[in-house]
Amino acid sequence: MSDTPAPPAARRRETVEKVSALKHKPPTGFLRTHVFSLDHKVIGKQYLDLALVAVLTGMVLSWLMRFHLAYPDVAIPGLGRLAPTRGAGGVMTPELYLSLMTMHGTIMVFFVLTTAPFAGFGNFVLPIQVGAEDMAFPRFNMMSFWVTCVAFLVLLAAFFVPDGPPLSGWTAYAPLSAIGKDAGPGQGGGQTLWALSIAIFCVGQLLGSLNFIATTLDLRARGMSLMRMPYSTWAWFITSVIGLIAFSVLLPACILLILDRVAGTSFFVPAGLVVSDRLQPHSGGSPLLWQHLFWFFGHPEVYIAILPGFGIVSHILPVFARKPLLGPKVAVGCMAAIGFLSYTVWGHHMFLSGMNPLSATLFSVPTLIITIPATIMVLLWIGTIYGSRLRFTTASLFCLGFVSVFVSGGISGFFLAQPSIDTYLHGTYFVVGHFHFVMGVAAMFGIFAGTYFWFPKMYGRMMNETLGKIHFTLTLIGVYATFMPMHYLGLAGNVRRYSAFTDDYMKGSQPLHRFITMAALFTGAVQLIFLVNLVWSRLRGAKAPDNPWQATSLEWSVPSPPPFDNFGGKHPVVAHGPDEYGGTGPEGDFVMQAAPALAPGRTA
Amino acid sequence: MDTLRLSPPSSPARTGVWIGIATITLSFAAYTSAMIVRQGSGADWQHVVLPRILYFNTVLLLASSATLEVGRRRLEVDWALEAIEGRAGAFSSPGVVWLWATMVLGLLFIAGQVIAWRSLAAHGLFLASNPASDFFYVFTALHALHLLGGVTALGYVLVRLRAAGAGAPRTALGAASLYWHFMDVLWLYLLLVLTTRL
Repeated sequence: MSDTPAPPAARRRETVEKVSALKHKPPTGFLRTHVFSLDHKVIGKQYLDLALVAVLTGMVLSWLMRFHLAYPDVAIPGLGRLAPTRGAGGVMTPELYLSLMTMHGTIMVFFVLTTAPFAGFGNFVLPIQVGAEDMAFPRFNMMSFWVTCVAFLVLLAAFFVPDGPPLSGWTAYAPLSAIGKDAGPGQGGGQTLWALSIAIFCVGQLLGSLNFIATTLDLRARGMSLMRMPYSTWAWFITSVIGLIAFSVLLPACILLILDRVAGTSFFVPAGLVVSDRLQPHSGGSPLLWQHLFWFFGHPEVYIAILPGFGIVSHILPVFARKPLLGPKVAVGCMAAIGFLSYTVWGHHMFLSGMNPLSATLFSVPTLIITIPATIMVLLWIGTIYGSRLRFTTASLFCLGFVSVFVSGGISGFFLAQPSIDTYLHGTYFVVGHFHFVMGVAAMFGIFAGTYFWFPKMYGRMMNETLGKIHFTLTLIGVYATFMPMHYLGLAGNVRRYSAFTDDYMKGSQPLHRFITMAALFTGAVQLIFLVNLVWSRLRGAKAPDNPWQATSLEWSVPSPPPFDNFGGKHPVVAHGPDEYGGTGPEGDFVMQAAPALAPGRTA
Repeated sequence: MDTLRLSPPSSPARTGVWIGIATITLSFAAYTSAMIVRQGSGADWQHVVLPRILYFNTVLLLASSATLEVGRRRLEVDWALEAIEGRAGAFSSPGVVWLWATMVLGLLFIAGQVIAWRSLAAHGLFLASNPASDFFYVFTALHALHLLGGVTALGYVLVRLRAAGAGAPRTALGAASLYWHFMDVLWLYLLLVLTTRL
């Protein structure tokens, strides 16, 4: 031991480097390389593949629902065989419609919007961006993926129990979700599998968040100060903190729900409840308790889905605008503020629950306040591309699309944030249009932007830009055609969660529903272009150079795809921020983060 | 060398345990708020008299933290001496015995909790009997599960200690101790909640 002890950070780094060199050797067997891999890059790709399977499943479910909404009496070929009781003759019952809705929402929110932008891209990119050779806890990381995979299988198993999947929606409101078979088909085994699946999912995401936080805090390369971290890493870091808090609360909620269902406790079921002519054997529980616990998770979950998109867009736009992001510290501050505020607004999902109007106001105010950092982010993105010579690649186009749909969806949020207006709109298609834009499509555009941007690094091959641009243009048209009319439907009083609008005052909305269905099927079909591009580029795409976009962050200073330990046994030293664009550097109009420090007096 | 550092080294493992502590704290905060809401929501809350053995168990758990700290400090001293004198070969330290004692005390605590459950059951109080017993079982069972995690972590450290040439598991022991002490704090909190609210 030396007489002058090294500063804590340096000492920590030495330990880390020693430990990682000892532990981290490339695996040799097939299972260790491709299946139970400890490599964050493989795990990231596994998460993205899982999300792809999930998004295709969820999309097919939405087509079935949309088809039924447009043509309630027309039989869907094959449906009768898939769901003999609830889809007899190919025409779905309202219960089957609700089951599909539940599974669509659950699959999309948990297994697509959480896994792809956060766990998928975060796993692949974050360790390289901070200059680490892997996550802090590779074993936990592997467990995180496989636990999530098991959660997905448990959820899918709900399709195969006798009663089919539950019909209580992705929010699983009690007492409907808590009392078992009496509540309707799917509320028996299907609902139990749902609760089990989400509980397992929480464990997986907690392990993931733990890794993201420890890696960002402890494994940064020399010189990688917090303010030199790329915005995408900042976003994943903030998201992991949000996720840690959110899933720490959803897990207890799911455990209590499971106990209510299988052990006969009464956490969420009130006394004297008669359902299906049967007095339920429960007493004194609080259905509102579930809503509070669920939405304390549920609203931050919205930001778990969208913040990685913020980070991806903030990271990608400067690359193609060839100038630094406007207000880097403001951007980080805004993302952190959104993360904090996301925990103060959950009650705005519960304005109709009969809460005291005063508490409704209490939740309404922070809901309006949270739009301020979100709006500042939008202004920073627009300010960044303003006056720049933006390079129109598929990735940058999807970033522009992200800004567009986020603004479109965000503006309707202003209306819903006010209890008096929300009382009218809450149960209508206005809300469906709102959240599909602001968290669904916006997050998907973030995923697309990330895919087109990092694909060369992941697979060592370029994606086809022409196909990509066609994919972007048609998708943008498709999603606007699908979700914009829903706002008008909602204003006109078209309620949501109904399986058909044939025999009442909403009959007049039928033509618009048909249009939306056409648009949804069109948008879905357009995704085939993306799938073809994905598969073809993976096999036959042009070889990718190390740094095809002339970007600065560390992942572009290593080969495509990166070696097993990311940096080939070396430990990068970072001397620059992430946004050194538009000056003169040794390789062009940019300076890599890992480039040696410039001589004093010279600027990039 | 002027001072001997007995504090555990900082490491990702330690950061990880702190994050884990945050997670567990939050989830028990969620259970606690659920309990407060549940107490107000129905008229079926019945007071539950806690089994006396819980207090004995508390003493066992606190003692286990003490033995762990004694063991960890002895091991740190012996590792430092070993490094100075350059001794090689099989490592033996009385600290190991203290770690074993900690594990045994931890397992005795869990056995004591099982006795507490059985004595409640003997009075006809099961998981779904009334809301107070719901929360008693949920709190104590989840705490016991988390403590089993601590027992596993100590077991891992002991296995590493036996493995020759693997290097001193200083970070692992430091992280495991931090977690173990947190289990004490969590139990004291739960005991306070159980005695005052149930």
